This record gives sequence, structure tokens and C-alpha cells, in this order.
Amino acid sequence: MVLEKDDTEILAKNNIIVTTLEKMFNWGRAHSFWPLSYGCNCCPMEMMAAGAARFDIARYGYEVFRASPRQADLLVVAGPITLKMRPVVERVYEQMPEPKWVLAMGNCAISGGPFKDGYSVLPGADTLFKVDVYVPGCPPRPEGLFHGLLELKKQVQGKA
Amino acid sequence: MENVELLFLNIAKFIFNWLQSIGLSPLWADFVMLVIKFACIAGIVTVNILILIWLERKVSGFIQQRLGPNRLGPFGIFQTVADAIKLLTKEDIIPSRTDKFIFRTAPIFFIIISLMLYIVIPFGDGMQIVDLNIGVFYFLSVGSLATIAILMAGWGSNNKWSLLGAMRSVAQMITYEIPLAFSLLGIIMIAGSLRMSDIIAAQSNVWFILLQPIAFITYFIAATAELNRGPFDMPEAEQELTAGAYTEYTGMRWALFFLAEYTNLFAVSAIAATMFFGGWQGPFLPSWLWLPIKAYLIMMIFFWIKWTFPRIRMDHLMSFSWKVLIPISLANIILTGCGIHLFRWMGWW
Ligand code: SF4
Repeated sequence: MVLEKDDTEILAKNNIIVTTLEKMFNWGRAHSFWPLSYGCNCCPMEMMAAGAARFDIARYGYEVFRASPRQADLLVVAGPITLKMRPVVERVYEQMPEPKWVLAMGNCAISGGPFKDGYSVLPGADTLFKVDVYVPGCPPRPEGLFHGLLELKKQVQGKA
Repeated sequence: MENVELLFLNIAKFIFNWLQSIGLSPLWADFVMLVIKFACIAGIVTVNILILIWLERKVSGFIQQRLGPNRLGPFGIFQTVADAIKLLTKEDIIPSRTDKFIFRTAPIFFIIISLMLYIVIPFGDGMQIVDLNIGVFYFLSVGSLATIAILMAGWGSNNKWSLLGAMRSVAQMITYEIPLAFSLLGIIMIAGSLRMSDIIAAQSNVWFILLQPIAFITYFIAATAELNRGPFDMPEAEQELTAGAYTEYTGMRWALFFLAEYTNLFAVSAIAATMFFGGWQGPFLPSWLWLPIKAYLIMMIFFWIKWTFPRIRMDHLMSFSWKVLIPISLANIILTGCGIHLFRWMGWW
């Protein structure tokens, strides 16, 4: 069925409750990303620093690092994805329940970084799945990670 | 003051009379009152959990020199609300190889058991849903049923981590059930009753923590293990078992386990306040404020211990209970018995 412009406006009027409910859901989702504890190499160190006393990721409510992908919402790809690691990352991503997001942290996750000419490293996480936010740096500081998370929050709330 | 003290009792009386005035027989009116009381319990539990989870995140932050959630609302108080909304709207994954019926019922079973504990908690003077004459026994026996729910979760998930976590939890809970019951026995001997109201009445002169300090310590340690809280959170040991028995659970199903654990936490603290700290008795404030105050203070100690100590190893955990806690609590019972006889003999009591 092809909708005329007037029809969509009428529908929009009728569905106004649905849209606001969706807004409320997105508000909830945007304020509670639970990251999966995943990482390899040096970027995860910065992620740990982000959780510790000086930077404190808990201020935004994102500190609940879950070990089981079934309870996580956010995959922070910190560090390079080697060919050996690739099936694991893919599987973990598939195991996460929708809605889920991916944040590529550091140059390795964005493009392969210093290892991009290597024979065993993927050129970036976006060759595997859709990446929502890229945080450049080698490694990015915890503030950089926070900036990426807040950008993701804006995206989820539809304000980006 | 009198009115404030009797506030909830008067409301209950008013509703009861109103129900009878619209033509319900006393039996039916009683039934409707029970439903209303249950709704109140559900309300108390929900609000309580929202506060508790926020408090735990805040307290853990302060202990680790962090700030804790502070972006949503004043002091981040709406953080839990956001988490709840998110968990409610997550995808509900039921892996294909699971035992579907057991997998689905386990969280429901768990939360029902923890709600059942609230029936015997005296929230204030005369504010108990049923004042069972076997209140303490009911609390211990229903509380230990939670083991089955965790075992169901572990078995139904058909996942090796889940099963390992469930096995650990069963071993741990069976082991710690014994010192938990033994540490309450001394109090029952002094009070001479299993009824909560009698135990509170027996504490009108002196709190039982002064008569039974060792029992309180063993109760506290055993309760920490019963609740699967750190440093005894073996069933959920993240570093070894992903998320233990709950590994395969997503969204709200997982949240139910989480909620039930906090529900149990409040129940166990409230019982500790009732058994050792004089229950709802206290000066100035109305009785229904004293119990939450005492329970929250006890929960603060639970938080403090959880965020201070590292997790201990499984075999240490078991041997600690069998070789230390159980002998101590047994010795405590014998000492209490001797003490009671001595007091009677000397004519002091
Ligand atoms: S981006 Fe740099 S800091 Fe991060 S993992 Fe790669 S090499 Fe290490």
C-alpha cells in the first residue's frame, strides 16, 4: 500500500502514543548501556581506567560490565581483531540481544591501526558488523571513550 | 503521635469496615484484605529494590573513591528506572536447546519464593500479614527453597557454565543453611517461641545481639552466603563462570533473578533486625519506621563487606562452613543452654 502524505499525517496523529512510548524506551536504553567485558591489547587498559576512581564511567550509569553477552547491550571493540579472534567476536555479537550497539575504540578497531599491514589482523571492526561510534586514538583517553558513549547516547535518543 | 503510630492499622480497619458496609461477608472481606495486603507487599518490594540497587551502586562508588551514578535526577536516583525500562524492552532470547518449561519457570519461581518470605516479617506493631506460630521455621524453610530455583535455571539452560554455577550454589546454600538455622536456635531457646511477635516482645528489655553476639556473627556470615553476595558470590563468579546459573538469561528474565536477590537481601536484613535488634521497637519514631531503619543499616554492612573483600575460593568456602561456622554455632547453642539453666538455678530469670 502506498501512503499519501495526508494519510501518513493522520496515521502519525493516531499513533502519537506509540511514538512517545518509543521515546521513553530510548531514554531508558540511552542511559543504561551495559558493556560486554571484552578487549584485547592496550585499549582495554584505558577502558579499565575509565571504570576506576579518576574517571568513573559509573557517573553516566554505564559501569555495569557484564561477562555474559546475553545481558550486555554494547560491544566495545577495544583493540585489534585478529583472524583467530574473529569467530569469537562474531559469535559474541550474535549472542547479544537486540537492541545492541557497537563502539569501535582505538585505531586498531577502526582500521587495523599499526597492525593493518599484518597478515593476521582485520582492517577494522566494520568489516564484521555495523559500528555505531568510532573513537579514534592510540589509545583514546578515557575522556575520549566517554565522548563516544555520549555521542552514542545522542544517537539512540535520535538527537545526533 | 498515636495517630501516626496507628496510621496503617487504621487505614486497614477503615477499608475492612467499608468492605463490610457494602455487603461483603466477613470471610470475603478478609479475602479482599489479603489481596490488598499482597499488593502492598509487591509495592514495598518494588520501591525498595529501586532504592536498593541505586544505593548499592552509590555505596560501591564511595567505597572505591568514585561518585557513582549522578547524571539522572538528583544524585542519579532515576538510574535504576532507566535500567528497568531498558531491561523490559530487551529481546527475549530462549536458546533452542534449553529445557523450555524449566528455563521459563525458574525466574518466576525464584521471585515468588522471595516474596513469600515477606509474609512473616513484622513491619511494625501488629503490621504482619500472618503472625505464624512457626514464623522462624517458615522463614528458614521457605528461604532454602531458592536453591531449587537456581538449580532449575542452571539445569534448564543446558549450558556448562550455568550448570557449574548452579551446582556450586546448591552446595553452598545447603552448607550454609545449617549454621543459619543453628545461629537462630539460641534466640528461640531464650525467647521460648518461634513466633516473631513473641521474639520481639522478649527483647523489650535487652536486644538479643547483647545476649547472643556470636550467633549474630554466624548468622550474618551464613546469610551472606545464602544470599549469594560477595565475598561468597560463587554461583555468579564472573571471572570463571561468565554469569553462573544466569548465563543464558536475557532482559527481564535475568532481571527477575536480580530483583529476587535484592528482595531476599531486604528480607534477611529485616529478619536479622527482628531477631537481634528488637524488631520494630524503638523510641520516638513510629514502629513502622524503626524496622526499615534497622534493616537498611544492616544492609549497609552487607554492602560494605561485599565491596571490601575479594571472593574466596570454593573449597575454602565449604571447609569454612563445616570446620568453623557449624562448630561455633553448635557451641553457641550449648553455651546458651547452660546459661539459661544457670540463670534459672540462681533465680535471676
Ligand atoms: S589502537 Fe593503539 S592502543 Fe589501542 S589496541 Fe591498537 S595499538 Fe593498542
